[in-house]
Amino acid sequence: MADIAFLLLIFFLVTTTIASDKGLSILLPPKNDQQLDVKMKERNIFKVFINSNNQLLVEEQLMSVNQVKEAAKKFISNNGRDPKSSESPQAAVISLKTDRGTKYEMYIAVMDELKKAYNELRAAYMGITLAEYLEIENDSKKQNAKFEEAKKAIPYQLSEAEPTNVGGN
Amino acid sequence: MSKFSKKKKGTPAISTSSLPDIIFMLLFFFMVTTVLRETELKVQNRLPKASQLQKLEKKSLVSYIYIGKPKDTEKYGVEPRIQVNDALVTPKEIPNFVYAEKDKLDEVERDKITMSLKVDIDAKMGIISDVKQQLREADARKINYSSVKAVEKE
Repeated sequence: MADIAFLLLIFFLVTTTIASDKGLSILLPPKNDQQLDVKMKERNIFKVFINSNNQLLVEEQLMSVNQVKEAAKKFISNNGRDPKSSESPQAAVISLKTDRGTKYEMYIAVMDELKKAYNELRAAYMGITLAEYLEIENDSKKQNAKFEEAKKAIPYQLSEAEPTNVGGN
Repeated sequence: MSKFSKKKKGTPAISTSSLPDIIFMLLFFFMVTTVLRETELKVQNRLPKASQLQKLEKKSLVSYIYIGKPKDTEKYGVEPRIQVNDALVTPKEIPNFVYAEKDKLDEVERDKITMSLKVDIDAKMGIISDVKQQLREADARKINYSSVKAVEKE
């Protein structure tokens, strides 16, 4: 009896792949043929560009990946203090542009840092730690008024431009 | 006096009669948690690491697209390719795949379809933006870049 059970057990142990069903979520813009001409103030746009050598240009400055978060946080939470930076978190938009030759790993690393900047600001707004914030975000069943409020106060606004084609395939 | 002298007793052997029960319990656990892989991967798939992960909510609403260097480089070359279900496709064929996936769902849930992009870390953004463009075309706008949890570095 135990032998058969063991055999089956080992079979399932070997075949099991614990599914990884986590990741970074984004929402693509709807299909739109006519170009919309959106007027935005230059100061409210935080430009991030990754070139085909995986180098990072943030607001015309060369940066490494681990500096992006602080720069983004500073930009979003500026609230009109610095005349070159954003007017308010609601107005702030991050524009991310890549090249066709940019490595995916780099792109995800930058996306992750930008998401982290937003998450840390929202966590600070709610007065909790980042880990607690992530738990609330992933718990879809529980309605959390504070979370909704933080989402409204600091909306995650990321715009992705069409990639350039320098290091294309 | 001998009445109180301790009897020599070795530790009794552990009864193995409940062993099958324990094994069966483990077996059922693994049987329930197992997800048999539906598709055989034809492309390399090392997922990137990220820390700010979001869970995918309903498994039935998720469709997977794999992108990476083909494993069989002699047949398919070394450039990253797109795999859906069991076949390698070109970006142009993606809308058809999305419509087929949407057909499997209930009508009320069709807009909620989520595409999980499982992209190899060595892939380039060019092919990914092609895929994204086609997904916009097919109106499957919810996207999740599948990634694994990174260990937090201080």
